[in-house]
Amino acid sequence: MTVPSSVPASLPTSLPDANTLCEQLAAQIRPDLQPGTALVGIHTGGVWLAERLHAALGITVPLGSIDVAFYRDDFGSRGLHTRPQKSDIPFDVEAHPIILVDDVLYTGRTTRAALNELFDYGRPLRVDLAVLIDRGERELPVAPRYCAHTLAAPLAAGQHLRLQKGEGGALDLSIVAR
Amino acid sequence: MHNPQLNKHGELQHLLTLDGLPKAILSQILDIAAPFTEVAEREVKKLPLLRGKSVFNLFFENSTRTRTTFEIAAKRLSADVINLNVSTSSTAKGETLLDTVDNLCAMQADMFVVRHASSGAPYLIAEHLQRTGRDHIHVVNAGDGRHAHPTQGLLDMYTIRHYKQDFTKLTVAVVGDVLHSRVARSEIAALTTLGVPEIRVIGPKTLLPTDIDRMGVHVFHDMREGLKGVDVVMMLRLQNERMNGALLPSSQEYFKFYGLTQDKLALAKPDAIVLHPGPMNRGVEIDSAVADGGNAVILPQVTFGIAVRMAVMSMLAGS
Repeated sequence: MTVPSSVPASLPTSLPDANTLCEQLAAQIRPDLQPGTALVGIHTGGVWLAERLHAALGITVPLGSIDVAFYRDDFGSRGLHTRPQKSDIPFDVEAHPIILVDDVLYTGRTTRAALNELFDYGRPLRVDLAVLIDRGERELPVAPRYCAHTLAAPLAAGQHLRLQKGEGGALDLSIVAR
Repeated sequence: MHNPQLNKHGELQHLLTLDGLPKAILSQILDIAAPFTEVAEREVKKLPLLRGKSVFNLFFENSTRTRTTFEIAAKRLSADVINLNVSTSSTAKGETLLDTVDNLCAMQADMFVVRHASSGAPYLIAEHLQRTGRDHIHVVNAGDGRHAHPTQGLLDMYTIRHYKQDFTKLTVAVVGDVLHSRVARSEIAALTTLGVPEIRVIGPKTLLPTDIDRMGVHVFHDMREGLKGVDVVMMLRLQNERMNGALLPSSQEYFKFYGLTQDKLALAKPDAIVLHPGPMNRGVEIDSAVADGGNAVILPQVTFGIAVRMAVMSMLAGS
């Protein structure tokens, strides 16, 4: 499941299967589920993942989604470069424990932005973080409660992890050069 | 040709007019505005995008509504907003427009929202800023003379797209006082850019510009004829305060021929939408039954207007 440390950082060629990781993530979350647990996916990969987890865990609270484009801390230098999506939190954040779902955890800045956004809907009862894969190199004090896979070594500069959704909804994780 | 609204990367630097604005930028503004509409439904209606920025509402001409919607938009983006009603301040004491701007720049302005009775005033400011190397300061035209009112045009486009989705299948009628209307110019420019195949202009000869044909529109003087089968009716306000001389016999007669009533609206498609930039003159250009009826989308226009202005301001600040 983990990438052996002997593999050079620039060549972690074999990543685990994203669909298997998704099942493992669901298994990690399942014991902690409460009747009111709600999921919020972070666009775009996190939303795909949250959709899968929502179905797999049989969660009844409607699924939420967040686009952190308006909360990014690099807006001043990068502007609004992507096409932002509507955020949608279809439940009262003060009444439900929330699991924030993202595909890749890296610097922690996206999580920070998502938390800030969540607080603009009220005072969340509780927020946990679930990620498919943790690539390390944090720049903020952020740690996931649920994580299906941790990269053993940092990726090379310019490389990043990309989650894609194929035909039939299958998820695929790959390393791409920026 | 150099477009003073775009920076060297082709991004929006100032918003001065919709005329000549590339379709990609127009569509981008509408796309970015969409998620901003959701912010109004949150407990905290604020986003941090313009945190620490100072937006100066520079209104040389009174307009409570436009100024307020810009103020709300800027505040929802966390900017500091300073309202200057310049008509009652320094200009009255003899200060020039550019001196006023330089003074506000010395107070660390990041953005000017300008309304002026003279066409071209926002251009003058934008050029002045560029000439003096202050590229980090942005200008939004909130209406200049008879020339343009781009954010009104954009919010109208947003409203049309919201209800009708595809511009390329629509017949749109612009009705009323086109001659004095900066809104009409902005609307026609945007509709053309977005690919509306048939744009009609309806009004009495005295209230249409003489060169209207050159704008690529079909002109109708008979409102009933012009409204046949349209998808969108864009009403204009009868601009009493801009009217010099006798262009109209009376407002009652205007209402009879060019006021939008239920029976005239019945000639349009059943699901036609009716827009009005406000403020409305009920019983002059629009009947109350239409203004308050099921086809009117006049109040949603106001709500969308805030999202569109947020989109414009955040694009400018991020360029």
